[in-house]
Amino acid sequence: MNLVDIVFYFFAVIIVASAAVVVLSKNIMYSAFSLLFTFFGVAGIYVLLNADFIAVTQLMIYIGGILVLIIFGVMLTTKITGLEMKTGITGKAQYAIGGLSTLVLGGTLIYVFNSTSWFKSPSVPTTSTVEAIGASLLTNYLLPFEAASVLLLLAMIGAALIARRK
Amino acid sequence: MQVVPLEYYLLLSGILFSIGSIGVLTRRNMIIIFMSIEMMLNSVNLTLVAFSAFLGNPSGQIFVFFVMTVAAAEAAVGLAILLALFRSKKTIYVDEVNMLKW
Repeated sequence: MNLVDIVFYFFAVIIVASAAVVVLSKNIMYSAFSLLFTFFGVAGIYVLLNADFIAVTQLMIYIGGILVLIIFGVMLTTKITGLEMKTGITGKAQYAIGGLSTLVLGGTLIYVFNSTSWFKSPSVPTTSTVEAIGASLLTNYLLPFEAASVLLLLAMIGAALIARRK
Repeated sequence: MQVVPLEYYLLLSGILFSIGSIGVLTRRNMIIIFMSIEMMLNSVNLTLVAFSAFLGNPSGQIFVFFVMTVAAAEAAVGLAILLALFRSKKTIYVDEVNMLKW
């Protein structure tokens, strides 16, 4: 068991434990803050996979943007004091059905991942992926890139329009 | 140097996806459902990055970039809808939003 294994298991435990807290916690602030650790752990796994650009993007977009937005949503829609913070589950029947279908889904995923013989090709040790990603974005993927910018503009206008106080 | 095999990354992302799907299916608070959806998107991104790293091909990371873009747009519009819903119905529990139910 060398250092890379230890780092992988460390981040994996962080991800799974904090994701479980997000889903199972009764207090919505605990959920929001443990989501931070989930995103952070995923960023750590990205670094382990030599994806430096994606790791930094994960930190900036998910932790710096989406998580802050979610915490704003929590603050604006729940009373910090009182029972409004408690978020229950929807009845026993839905819990059983949800658990069962998740069990089937997760079992299928894990079975497929385990039973398929994936390629064992050693990955090419890259120095930095930023250059390759930047070149691809402006050549092969130029149209999706521009479409994404239009999508973001539309989302921004739409969000401001919907959330506006009448 | 990759010493952790590809299966481990895939299993981790499968577990994360399953946890997120439990959250979407069983919780009634709309914000928790949002967080679970973000977690599921993250697990898919993890799969894409793992395949990209093991294939030595950066195309997978470009897909992750676009998934993140769509996730950011979804979060912004979704939380705006959440605020509008809270303003008109005073609730964010999905089982109490049943205006279309006759």
